[in-house]
Amino acid sequence: MDDKILIAKRVARELKEGSLVNLGIGLPTMVPRYLPPGIEVYFQSENGIIGMAPVPGAGMEEPSLTDAGGGFVGAIPGAASIDSCLSFGLIRGGHLDLTILGGLEVDAQGRLANWMVPGKMLPGMGGAMDLVTGAKRVIVAMSHTARGKPKILKHCTLPLTSVRRVNLIVTEMAVIEPTEEGLALRETAPGVSIEQIIAATEASLIVPADVPEMPI
Amino acid sequence: MDKFISCSEAVEMIPDGASIMIGGFMGVGSPHRMIAEMVRQGRKNLTIIANDTGTPNFGIGLLVAARMIRKLVASHIGLNPEAQRQVIAGETEAELCPQGTLAERIRAGGFGLGGILTPTGIGTVVAEGKQVIEVDGKQYLLEKPLTADFALIAAHRSDYRGNLEYSLTARNFNVVMATAGRTVIAEPEHIVPTGVIPPDAVATPFVCVHYIIGRSQTNGR
Repeated sequence: MDDKILIAKRVARELKEGSLVNLGIGLPTMVPRYLPPGIEVYFQSENGIIGMAPVPGAGMEEPSLTDAGGGFVGAIPGAASIDSCLSFGLIRGGHLDLTILGGLEVDAQGRLANWMVPGKMLPGMGGAMDLVTGAKRVIVAMSHTARGKPKILKHCTLPLTSVRRVNLIVTEMAVIEPTEEGLALRETAPGVSIEQIIAATEASLIVPADVPEMPI
Repeated sequence: MDKFISCSEAVEMIPDGASIMIGGFMGVGSPHRMIAEMVRQGRKNLTIIANDTGTPNFGIGLLVAARMIRKLVASHIGLNPEAQRQVIAGETEAELCPQGTLAERIRAGGFGLGGILTPTGIGTVVAEGKQVIEVDGKQYLLEKPLTADFALIAAHRSDYRGNLEYSLTARNFNVVMATAGRTVIAEPEHIVPTGVIPPDAVATPFVCVHYIIGRSQTNGR
């Protein structure tokens, strides 16, 4: 299975019925495709809509109805359009149940860096700092390594997005839960050994006696 | 009071070096006619306060490409490689600001507040040089208000007085920016008789709007 699809499928299992969810750009936008049947969640797009949905069909695109990347979207019945202050009031004010974001690095304390690479890449933080600071639950969905180098590090080399500890890290190799004691290995991807995960992770991992395989 | 002016008259009011808030999110809900006219008239040394820099050929990206911006205050420039290049090379000054903080700083400017306290940015580079204030045991950053010489607003409809109604995700920063510009110019898609927009649907009341860009009068003939 493609790494991105594996990550998206695993993250999709974290979505709870009736929750309000914000997806970062890139891999996180794949997650709704793999939502378990019968689960209804509401997607917020921080540019100003609650109840975002795919465009229902060709020719039904509307220039005033887009996601945060500017791509065309649709909306569910009962959707609401909101301005930027209200949108971020919901994010910061504890009304957002879950955000799923991509990551460049995560440190041993579970702190995410995902908004710039000094001198090379300066996309800006957009809504990421508010999302990580304010969402009730933060899931980082990212590749385990970049060009063979670990992305889960003792210390981030890149500027942090927030000092808040994220709730879960899902990669193509493992599911890791940052806890007060450190990073706990919760699941291994199919065909991946605990030793391989430890070798691909710079930060030390807490490995419980029983580490199940990812349910995919 | 007649607030209606042409797009070129509106842009003629804006001098080189002005600070300008521009509504929109990746060009959705941006005042595209005024942006194009600013490029045509060749404004220089502008300070642009906006969510993002659009894409290279769309929205605020046109101002970036024409090198009209001296300083940017924005949350995201990632979908415009030329904007990133100018900022990394030091050709354009940029103050990157978390999106929610940017919205609230503009609200503070427009609402007469001395700033806002936000947990966003605590412990990150965003906090550098800023005051940390503890309230009931929790730390917040003091983020200062933003105002601008002009706010350029895109709306779905304006009535003859300048009451504005927005459409779906084209609402975004327009609502708050309409409170924070010393001169506020609205660029509506449609102009309707006063009363057509019901009071409950007015998102920007007419008192905030100083000028309205009129439609072309040729009506396709």
